[in-house]
Amino acid sequence: MATMAISKSKLPDLSKIKPVDEIGVNERVERFCTRSIKNEAKNTALKLTLSMIDLTTLEGQDTPGKVKQLCQKAIHLHSSLPGLPSVAAVCVYPTMIGTAREALKNHDIRIASVATAFPSGMSTRSVKLMETKYAVSEGADEIDMVISRGAMLAGEYSAVFDEIAAIKEACGTAHLKVILETGELGTLDRVRKASELAIHAGADFIKTSTGKIQPAATMQTTLVMLQAIRDHYHATGNKVGMKPAGGISTSKLAIHYLVMLRETLGNDWLTPALFRFGASSLANDVLMQLQRQTDGLYQSPDYFSKD
Amino acid sequence: MTPKSKAQDKSNTNKARTRVSKTYKLFIAGKFPRTESGRYYAFTAQSAGSSFKANICTSSRKDFRNAVVAARSVQKSWAAASACLRGQILYRLAEILEDRRDQFIGELILQGASIKHANKEVDASIDRLVYYAGWSDKYQQIFSNVNPVSSSHFNFSILEPTGVVAILPPAAEENQCGLLGMISNIAPAIVGGNTCVFLTNEKQPLTAISFAEVIQASDVPGGVVNILTGSNVELMALFASHKDVNSLVHMEKSLEDNKKIQELASENLKRVICRSEMRWHENIAESPYMIEETQEVKTTWHPIGN
Repeated sequence: MATMAISKSKLPDLSKIKPVDEIGVNERVERFCTRSIKNEAKNTALKLTLSMIDLTTLEGQDTPGKVKQLCQKAIHLHSSLPGLPSVAAVCVYPTMIGTAREALKNHDIRIASVATAFPSGMSTRSVKLMETKYAVSEGADEIDMVISRGAMLAGEYSAVFDEIAAIKEACGTAHLKVILETGELGTLDRVRKASELAIHAGADFIKTSTGKIQPAATMQTTLVMLQAIRDHYHATGNKVGMKPAGGISTSKLAIHYLVMLRETLGNDWLTPALFRFGASSLANDVLMQLQRQTDGLYQSPDYFSKD
Repeated sequence: MTPKSKAQDKSNTNKARTRVSKTYKLFIAGKFPRTESGRYYAFTAQSAGSSFKANICTSSRKDFRNAVVAARSVQKSWAAASACLRGQILYRLAEILEDRRDQFIGELILQGASIKHANKEVDASIDRLVYYAGWSDKYQQIFSNVNPVSSSHFNFSILEPTGVVAILPPAAEENQCGLLGMISNIAPAIVGGNTCVFLTNEKQPLTAISFAEVIQASDVPGGVVNILTGSNVELMALFASHKDVNSLVHMEKSLEDNKKIQELASENLKRVICRSEMRWHENIAESPYMIEETQEVKTTWHPIGN
């Protein structure tokens, strides 16, 4: 089993990556959406989905009050339904980490922060490193970084790779999620290449999108990234996590993602330690479905707290 | 005779053309989907001598759920449209219905009307649409008020749409033949900024789905009116219990059904409106009070200096 130190990790040979079969990916994704999910499995999947959510607020208009409210939502998802798991993490901007940490103390919810000039990534290496260190020192458990898409598209793969490796080092013990921003990469081939770069540079998670660019997460790009994770696991035995983010707002779609995850990577990945949803409105839809499973009535958003 | 016309002549006489008949589907979010359940029932003509047959969708709870989602998503923007525009759109419905009167007369006859009655019903339906179109920018003035209060407040009440209105079908006999009863319930709901889900009577699906085509051709945004066909008995409890429905209009006569509907509707304090005594062909069946029934009164206390 490879236990290479991160500093020694090497730029992978991207020329050896086989081109992605786009038609094949589309067909495969279509199949994932046709599975029949029975009630019991649905309940389990809904609860698992909740436990995998990174409850997110990443707006210029975020205030400490808004972040506190989001943390309250993370702790008390829907008190009238007993036995609910809590969400995995809340995801905020670096300046809001302190507020979130205060609001979440004594609770087992992690704090994720974006860093590295999110969402564009258009800044210098030193600024990005500084921001990452700041976020870690503020108490972030997880760092969501963005790659330099400009460098990626210009073919400067080693620059992208070095940057991820440097940020990984700056993270220390904090987990690193690498956002590829697939909506700006254009092709599935580039998504696959970027996944390989991020995984080899030491990413703990690879993540589809910032949520600021359309298209955000799609099942197609997620599948390509899952395949990169699978191939890496077969080659080295290392398990890398996956986080689709942006545009996943219904329970039905979330369950499709779980089906895809299960059928691509197996049961080992069905845990918040290796799979997350980056979402803001998904939680309430899942709660509405769980409530419906309980009392049999179709629900209205009026009866669920906004975050 | 030219060779071409000869050929045409031949094809006409030798082989009867196969009629292309319309598939009657549901109307949800401005589109015509089949029921997700795949179930259907057979409709046969009520008029003597007609061999008309059609398979009609039996809507399921999921079709209803989808219709409510569609109605909810468009409700805010429909309510925000100006009264003038909503009036114009209702008037447009009347225009298109007038244009298609022969089709509706034909379908009313298939649903059991006499020729005379079918003509009368289509006339009344068009007139009713125009009637409510006219009320669109006037009902507010009648029901809103500046209230006299003994304090330093400017106090006024206005109407706001209740939201999503679910409408259970009129019984076949009172409804006469299907078109007028439907329009008399849909028009006052939507003119006030509500969106609606209408379930048609099992015996009268043709005019309902054809009217959906009129709606689609009339600038009514998709989702404002959704039309389902199927079983009243099966869907009644769902209409009454869905928590994202704000108001329920029904025409059930039996005490038992009324009790059941009210109990289920109390789950989210739905406004329940029973129109079981309504005679749709009489003038009393059109009134601004029918608009007011699916509205909420909002009262505002605005402080003023003395």
